[in-house]
Amino acid sequence: MVKIEVVIQPSKLDSAREALKNIGIDGLTVSEVRGHGRQKGHKEVYRGREYNVDLLHKIKLEMVVPAARKDEVTRALVEAVRTGAIGDGKIFVTEVLEAIRIRDDSRGESAL
Amino acid sequence: MSNRVFAGLLLFSSSALAQPAAVDRSELRALQAAVAASQSAGDNAWMLVSAALVLMMTGPGLALFYCGLVRKKNVLGTMMQSFAMMAWITLLWAVCGYSLVFGPGNGFIGGLSYVFLRGVGAAPNPLYAPTIPQQTFMIYQGMFAIITPALIAGAFAERVRFRAMLVFSTLWAFFVYFPVAHMVWGAGGFLNAFQGGRIPVFDFAGGTVVHITSGFSALVTALYIGKRVGYPHEKIVPHNLVLSFIGACLLWVGWFGFNAGSALAASSLATSAFVATHFAAAAGAIAWMAAEHLHNGKVSALGGISGAVAGLATVTQGAGFVQPFSAILIGLIAGFVCGFMVVVAKNKLRYDDSLDVFGVHGVGGLVGCLLTGVFATRAVNSALKMANGQPAALGWIDGNPGQVVNQAIGAVIGIGLAVAGTLAALKIAELVTPLRMTEREEDTGMDLSLHGEEGYNFEA
Repeated sequence: MVKIEVVIQPSKLDSAREALKNIGIDGLTVSEVRGHGRQKGHKEVYRGREYNVDLLHKIKLEMVVPAARKDEVTRALVEAVRTGAIGDGKIFVTEVLEAIRIRDDSRGESAL
Repeated sequence: MSNRVFAGLLLFSSSALAQPAAVDRSELRALQAAVAASQSAGDNAWMLVSAALVLMMTGPGLALFYCGLVRKKNVLGTMMQSFAMMAWITLLWAVCGYSLVFGPGNGFIGGLSYVFLRGVGAAPNPLYAPTIPQQTFMIYQGMFAIITPALIAGAFAERVRFRAMLVFSTLWAFFVYFPVAHMVWGAGGFLNAFQGGRIPVFDFAGGTVVHITSGFSALVTALYIGKRVGYPHEKIVPHNLVLSFIGACLLWVGWFGFNAGSALAASSLATSAFVATHFAAAAGAIAWMAAEHLHNGKVSALGGISGAVAGLATVTQGAGFVQPFSAILIGLIAGFVCGFMVVVAKNKLRYDDSLDVFGVHGVGGLVGCLLTGVFATRAVNSALKMANGQPAALGWIDGNPGQVVNQAIGAVIGIGLAVAGTLAALKIAELVTPLRMTEREEDTGMDLSLHGEEGYNFEA
């Protein structure tokens, strides 16, 4: 099993979910996060006082999938959210030791 | 006047029928009473609506305008400052405030004859508003006494204890508002142009009484109390400009009661003041937005609403004296001058007038006071008579340039009293209760530290 973490632009959440649904990935955790990569922040001005906002709003998706599906899932995600501009986001893949479904105590890939 | 004409017509038609005895004096009196009653009904209806509109300026208008500009941990504490004035100043006004402003007194303060509203009932007070119950006049004026200290609170936003704010505002009402309001509007007041003032100042709806006093007092409180923790290097931004937007638009609407209501009758003068008010607000908004666009290429919502409020504050003094295009000019000047003060000057001078009460109300009030001396005209307001009964020249455009000097003297006296009275009120309040929250309390925010609640409980 692998965990796929994806940080994307908030506006791309729907297309990412659509892409995952199309390839049969059902389990998903979504959080609102803030951060920045190489993308610069923006400037806000209130009555002449300027503030640089460098922590930007992003959406993070997390899902655990069978290791064999890693490339299929990441490819679908990249196609769904890429615009080609700075700030499109990142995907991180890590190995997962165990998964447990709390309801019936099933283990491993059958718990996904 | 109209009832006399009506009675005259009636007499004429009666004599035409060769029945002069048919109209006796009692019938005539009944007719006059009926005409007076219908005028009173019209005026009273408008003045009651105006009083409600002016209260709406403080709550929710000003409360929303201010609370959106602070951080979310201070949203309730900021709203409570406006709300507390609605409740507390009302009681002060009933007990002695009205009397100290409008009770017969000397040139500087009213007397005690209306204490506890004694004799303030259905009968009009012919000195001020001969066609409406004095009680209507009293409650209408009370709404002005409420909003003035509520305005000041924006200067020391996010850092002053609730109790200290109440003590300060109480003292301030006695030291500044009641005397200045009496001097400008009270019969025999030192600055009252229409009722025996030594220096005739035209202040239709409170440019000096409300905006100069609150604006300059605000500057004094901001300097005396000091900056917020973290100002100006930390990021302190408005938490919800949507609330401020709604508040500012409510202020704009409420201002019709403030300015047009100051005609104290449902008269053509009220219409004129209504138009001037609206035009100045529009022009102020356009000017501030245009200046922003020239300055950094973007027009902000906060800039737009700030400009409208600046236009409104600035036209207040002259609302019932100036023609529509003078009002537009006043609004344009207000938008540029107040915008410059807030956006450029304050950020260079680095004092923490947190919500720009001085830049908008103090500077706007002062500019409006002087411009009233320029643009006031008898074509709009004929209340001031010459010895021969003809309307007197009012401002510079009427050929009376000296009025600008009168207005300036009035402004200086208003500023002097505001500064001295505010310092005295702060010093005395400080003896009674600490003014500032502790650094820890300020960090936690007014809502939790002072009021034990939060404005936004999204988990609830």
